[in-house]
Amino acid sequence: MRKISLDKINQLFAEISSKSSLYIPVDTAAGAKFEKYDGTKTMSDALNTVRSAKDFFFPQTENMVDFKVEGKNIEIVEPVNEYEDFVVFGVRACDVKSFEILDRVFLADPVDNFYKNRREHGIIVSMACTKPAETCFCGTFGIDAASPAGDIVCHKTDDTLYLDAKTEKGAQLLDSLNALTEETDSSAVDAQKAKTAEIMKKLPLAGLDASAFGADKTMEFFNAPEWKELSEACLGCGTCTFVCPTCQCYDIKDFSTGHEVKRFRCWDSCMYSDFTRMAHGNIRNSQLERFRQRFMHKLVYYPTNNEGIFGCVGCGRCLAKCPINMNIVKVMKKLGGNK
Amino acid sequence: MQEIKREDLIAKAAQLLADGTVDRVIGWKKGEFDYDVTPAVFTSKEELESEFVWNDFCGANFSKYLRKEADKTESKVMAFLKPCDTYSFNQLLTEHKFDREKVYVVGIPCNGMLDDSKIKERANGISSVSEENGKVVVDTLYDGKITLERAEVLAERCANCKSKKHAAYDELLGEEGEVLDSARFDEVEKLEAMTADERFAFWQNELSRCIRCNACRNICPACTCEKCVFDNPASGVENKAISDSFEEKMFHIIRAFHVAGRCTDCGECSRVCPQNIPLHLLNRKFIKDMNEFYGEYQAGAEVGSRAPIVDFTTEDIEPCDAVERGGENA
Ligand code: SF4
Ligand code: SF4
Ligand code: SF4
Ligand code: SF4
Ligand code: SF4
Repeated sequence: MRKISLDKINQLFAEISSKSSLYIPVDTAAGAKFEKYDGTKTMSDALNTVRSAKDFFFPQTENMVDFKVEGKNIEIVEPVNEYEDFVVFGVRACDVKSFEILDRVFLADPVDNFYKNRREHGIIVSMACTKPAETCFCGTFGIDAASPAGDIVCHKTDDTLYLDAKTEKGAQLLDSLNALTEETDSSAVDAQKAKTAEIMKKLPLAGLDASAFGADKTMEFFNAPEWKELSEACLGCGTCTFVCPTCQCYDIKDFSTGHEVKRFRCWDSCMYSDFTRMAHGNIRNSQLERFRQRFMHKLVYYPTNNEGIFGCVGCGRCLAKCPINMNIVKVMKKLGGNK
Repeated sequence: MQEIKREDLIAKAAQLLADGTVDRVIGWKKGEFDYDVTPAVFTSKEELESEFVWNDFCGANFSKYLRKEADKTESKVMAFLKPCDTYSFNQLLTEHKFDREKVYVVGIPCNGMLDDSKIKERANGISSVSEENGKVVVDTLYDGKITLERAEVLAERCANCKSKKHAAYDELLGEEGEVLDSARFDEVEKLEAMTADERFAFWQNELSRCIRCNACRNICPACTCEKCVFDNPASGVENKAISDSFEEKMFHIIRAFHVAGRCTDCGECSRVCPQNIPLHLLNRKFIKDMNEFYGEYQAGAEVGSRAPIVDFTTEDIEPCDAVERGGENA
C-alpha cells in the first residue's frame, strides 16, 4: 500500500493526467459530476455523482456507423472510436460493482465492442466511503462501502490518501507514481474500515433484506396485487433508469441527415411507452407493466440469468431523484415482507 | 410548519368518504424518510390514518393524477389543493381535461414547502427533519442536530409564491390568503440584462446537463397531449438520442413555447428536474413578456379565460414593436 499527503494530491493528478485522460468528481451548482482534470479542478468529497459512472463505458448516446450515400454508392464510415486510455478517479463501491453487472450483459456473447473497448482502456480508481447517506443500501447486496473493488482502491483520511493496487493495470499505474507516494502499512486504512462498518450498521436502510427476491422468483411476484399501488403515482419519466448505474437498455436507430444515415444508439427506458413497441403493437400497455419490469429486472430477472446476482447496487440514486419518491426500496419493502 | 394540521385534513377526508360525497381521496403518502412523500389515492379512514402525511414536503401537484382519476369512475374523487395547485386545476378545466363535477376540491392553506435538495446540500446523512420554533431542525448521522432557517431551504417557487389565495375550491379549510406581489421576475430581469452571448452561454450551460428524462414534461399540468410529439418516432425527432446540442435546446424551447400562456408557473418542472435546471426561468420569461405586451395575465386564475397569445384583439401589440423591443436587449 502507498500513501500521499493530501497537500500533494494535485501533483498526483497532474502526473496521472500527463499520461492519460483523468476524470475526477468535482462539485458543481447542480451536484457532483465527473469532469476531465485540467490542472485547476478540485476533487469533490460528495458521496456520489448525480449521474453514475456508467457513462464512461456506456454513454447516453453514441454513433455506431454512418452510411454516406453518393449517387448509387453507399459508403460505410465507421466512427472513430476512442482508443485512448483514461483513468476514472474516485468511483464509489456501488458504482464499481455496477461495472460488473454491466460486464455480464455487454461482454457476454455477442460481445459489445464499443463497451469492451472502453472497458479495456479505462482504469478505475475507487474511493472508500466514510459517510454514507441515508439513502445508501449497498450492504443489502453484499457490497462493502469501505472496501470497494477497482484497479486501485483509495482510502482518504483528513490529511492522507492511501492507494492500494488490486489488478495488474492498477499496479502499473501505481508504480508509475512511486516518485510521489511512499510505502505504508494498512493500519490507518483498517481503522477507517472498522469505523465505517459501525456506521453502516446504523444507516436507516441497514436492515433491508433482498433474500425474498432472486433467481426464479418470477411467478411469486409477477402477479402481486401490490404493483398497482406501487406504480400508481409513477409518471413514466425514466429519471430512475437514467441515473441508475446498472440500467443497461438501449435503442438503436437510423437517423437521416438528408445526405447520410447515422446509426446511433442511445439509452432507452423500460418506463417509456414506446420501449416495447414492435411491429404488431406494444406488449406493455400500462405504466403498471412498465414499472413492474424495471423492478422485476433488478430483483428477479437479472439474478435468474446471472447466478443469483442482483441487478441493483443500492446506490440510492433512484431514491434521491424520483420526482414522486417511488423507488426500489419501497418496492422491496412492500413485496418482500421487509419492515 | 403548516398551520393546518394533518388531523384536520384526515377528519375532513374521512367525513367526505363517510357521507358518500366522494369515494376516494388524492393525498400525500409518507415514505422512508421525513422528506420523501408520494402522491397516492386513499379509500378509507384507516388508510389515511396510517399513511397520509401533510408536512413541509407536500409540494407535489396532483394535476396529472386528477386527470387520470377523474376519468376512472362515475363517482367523485376528493383532492386537497394548495393555492398554487388550484391554478393548475383551473387551467386543466379550461382545456376540458376532466369533468369539474367529478372532483371535490378541498382548498388548504400553505406556508410554503421545503426543498429537500437544499437540505441535503447542508446536511449529510439525514435521520429526521422537524420544526422547532419556526426553524428547520435536521438530525444527522454525522453532525448531530443542524438548525436551518426556513428561508434558506424553502423551495424556490415558494420563496416567490404568487398567491396564497385559492383560485378554486368546493370547500376551504383554514384561512384564505391573498394574491401576492412576488419577486418571481427578478431572475428573469437579470437574464434580460445580459448580452445575447452571455445569455446563450447561460442556457448552454444549464441545458447541456439535461438527460432528457422527460420528468419536467411528464409532471407538467400544461403538458397534457395524449401523445407528445417527442414520443412519436414518426415525427422525425430523436428524443432519446439528444442527437446534438441544437436539438437539446430545441426540446426545451419548443416545450416552453407550447406551454406559453397555459403555464401557471406552478414550478413543478424545476422541482422534479434531476439535473437542477432552472426551467422556471424560461416559463417566467414568457409570462413576463405576455404581461408586458398584452397586459397582466395569470393562467388558471379563472376557468375559461383565453391566453393572450391565442386571443386576438385590435389593441394587441404589433409584431414589429415586439421585435424592436427584443432588439434593444439583444
Ligand atoms: S435501482 Fe436505484 S438504488 Fe439500485 S442501482 Fe439503480 S439507481 Fe441505484
Ligand atoms: S451505496 Fe454504499 S458504496 Fe455507494 S455511495 Fe453509498 S455507502 Fe458508498
Ligand atoms: S419510478 Fe419515479 S423516476 Fe422512475 S419513471 Fe416512475 S416517476 Fe419517474
Ligand atoms: S427534467 Fe430536467 S433533465 Fe429531465 S428532461 Fe426535463 S430538463 Fe432535462
Ligand atoms: S411549464 Fe413548469 S411551471 Fe409551467 S405549468 Fe408546466 S410544470 Fe408548471
